[in-house]
Amino acid sequence: MSETLTLAKAVNAALSDALEGDDRVLLMGEDIGKLGGVFRVTDGLQARFGPQRVIDSPLAESAIIGTAIGMSYRGFRVVAEIQFDGFIYPAFDQIVAQVAKLRYRSRGRVAMPLTIRVPYGGAIGSVEHHSESPESYFAHTAGLRVVTASTPQEAYSTLRAAIASDDPVLFFEPKGKYYSKGEVDRSIVRDLETANVVASGRDVTIAAYGPTVETALRAAIAAADEGIEVEVIDLRAISPLDVDTVVASVRRTGRLVVTHEAPAESSVSSELIASVAERAFPFLEAAPERVTGYDSPYPPSAVEHDYLPSLDRLLDAVDRTLGRRNSRTGLDDPSALAPATTGAAR
Amino acid sequence: MSIIVPAPHPELAVGLDSPLTVLDLDGTRIANELLDPHLTDIDESALTTLYVDMVRVRRLDTEAFALTRQGHLVLWPPLLGQEAAQVGPARALAPQDWVFGSYREHGFALLRGADMAEFARIWKAFAHGGWDPHEIRMAPSQIIIGAQTLHGTGYAMAAKMDGADEVALTTFGDGATSEGDVNEALVWASAFQAPVVFLCQNNQYAISEPVAVQSGVPLALRPTGFGIPSLRVDGNDVLAMHAAARIAFDRARSGGGPTFIEAVTYRRGPHTTTDDPKRYRDEAEMEAWIAKDPIDRVERALTRMGANMEAVRAEAKIRADQLAKEFRAAAEHAEPPTADAIFDHVYAQPTKRLERQRLEHRAFLASIEGDR
Ligand SMILES: Cc1ncc(C[n+]2csc(CCOP(=O)(O)OP(=O)(O)O)c2C)c(N)n1
Ligand SMILES: [Mg+2]
Repeated sequence: MSETLTLAKAVNAALSDALEGDDRVLLMGEDIGKLGGVFRVTDGLQARFGPQRVIDSPLAESAIIGTAIGMSYRGFRVVAEIQFDGFIYPAFDQIVAQVAKLRYRSRGRVAMPLTIRVPYGGAIGSVEHHSESPESYFAHTAGLRVVTASTPQEAYSTLRAAIASDDPVLFFEPKGKYYSKGEVDRSIVRDLETANVVASGRDVTIAAYGPTVETALRAAIAAADEGIEVEVIDLRAISPLDVDTVVASVRRTGRLVVTHEAPAESSVSSELIASVAERAFPFLEAAPERVTGYDSPYPPSAVEHDYLPSLDRLLDAVDRTLGRRNSRTGLDDPSALAPATTGAAR
Repeated sequence: MSIIVPAPHPELAVGLDSPLTVLDLDGTRIANELLDPHLTDIDESALTTLYVDMVRVRRLDTEAFALTRQGHLVLWPPLLGQEAAQVGPARALAPQDWVFGSYREHGFALLRGADMAEFARIWKAFAHGGWDPHEIRMAPSQIIIGAQTLHGTGYAMAAKMDGADEVALTTFGDGATSEGDVNEALVWASAFQAPVVFLCQNNQYAISEPVAVQSGVPLALRPTGFGIPSLRVDGNDVLAMHAAARIAFDRARSGGGPTFIEAVTYRRGPHTTTDDPKRYRDEAEMEAWIAKDPIDRVERALTRMGANMEAVRAEAKIRADQLAKEFRAAAEHAEPPTADAIFDHVYAQPTKRLERQRLEHRAFLASIEGDR
């Protein structure tokens, strides 16, 4: 049985079903009560489950996570909301030094079944600190599961799995897709570490997650017009990363493009391409490519469309892996590498 | 720099029972032992200046709000109702002092002399920063709640080390008082007796959360636990705010360390242009605050002083309209940034890696020219 929901409503449905199914589940965050969150994701939940289970917290991210740790000791399953990606950093210590390590430090005696929801990503035309992709910081930390969702169905099922998990999970919600709709079947169960092949093809593999999955699928359709078959993998899990699925695909296609909104340096694409190089080197027919945010802070949103992976940038990368004419043809010719001038040294 | 433990103060918080006020709603002066000595030079002309400032700030705010609705700005956090809480302290600053504020400090930005064209660019999301912080002595606006309070404290510590006659004013909201950063700033300011003034604009809400979510006691009581004296002031009374700020700045300047001022006020607009306050507050509670309007009160006071209100109003309107026009022109005609803005100013010197990315992006743009 399925219903048509926006991604935001699918998250709401997962939270609602989790609250209903287990009275040890509770929600905590800024403005999640009466307001229903700044994106209305928790709309109606406080009215339905009461202010004891849907808690409007004081304005302190470190305390949201730190107190959730204490609640976890008593067996609560806290779903904490961080209002926007850029506001997670005050909680960084509690997440990285505490949440991630308690199982290890207690030699398995203490579980942290905490879920941290983070609306993330760009393309919403907002101001500073509202469009970031901080997932790599957390992927680098052992003990945390870091997952994303690309569709309402994925959002529903993955969030249910996150809340049910005895590991701490960071659930990154692509806020730019909150209002996109899709079919949701609440009986579909998903895990927290298997990638999904969402389009099959023989020529090039594109690995994406969160908001870039849709762009990758559009690239597959556009490439098909030129007779190029693109396989698209929705990684879903960023950490631990499902390298097996990507390796299996690359063994067939020989070509890999990885895309995400986060900057390239020390990112999911760095890790994935290194892993593929280790495990599928003989099968690679071209250097892996990536299409990501540039290695700058998230720029003013007036230029975010230049910063973010786009359909054209993806197609250009596909062309590079196939040795077709592309935007960088001739770029490594020294004359093309004349020093840039505009603005750089101002 | 050694750590100084502040001597306990017998009466660290003033105004807990009712916020300090010197202007009654009808514009009559209420005698106040503490504040009056700091207002002796405020004559009709000085009060007129404060009035015109508030009218200009409000005009800037309403123009920007309208510009956002019309799609010329991406977002605007209105300060409607908080004009006195900003103008009073802003007019008590010395030119050499610094301001470290949040994102709602349009009054401070205007009175510090921020370039309106640059200011508009921030809210068009054309740039992250506007004015030159060193030129107008005001740090870039701060969206990360409370972070600026540490910066203000550190600036004040540095000014003290240098023996400079400078004070840092850091301003933030009621919600911000819950953040660790703000509490740590209070610890440091007290420990180092830094010449910093904490201005908490308690506008009763942090987005949807009423101040009761943050605190069961008046916010002005909090700093006393850190050994910091505090003043709870009617934030809609520009004279009381001005006097309180003068007290705090004088104390800081004379080596007396930090002061906390809670400006009790009200955010009459939505949190930002994307907010819908009907979901969380009864708009009827606004009535009481409209009755305490900071501008109306000064109009009445000026009338009582015998000012020619018609002329004052006309003069204020001309200046406010001029400002609104300037801001509108900037918002409507600002030159958008190019993609190069992504790569500029990331490091002191351009790096090879980023310059490579800049070139790749230019090459990419060239390759799709015409297709777009
Ligand atoms: C660290 C951090 N957490 C959350 C937010 C989201 N946020 C923006 S404004 C705001 C409320 C701030 O309230 P207050 O301090 O009272 O200031 P006001 O907006 O009322 O001026 C919140 C929660 C943020 N900007 N930064
Ligand atoms: Mg507030």
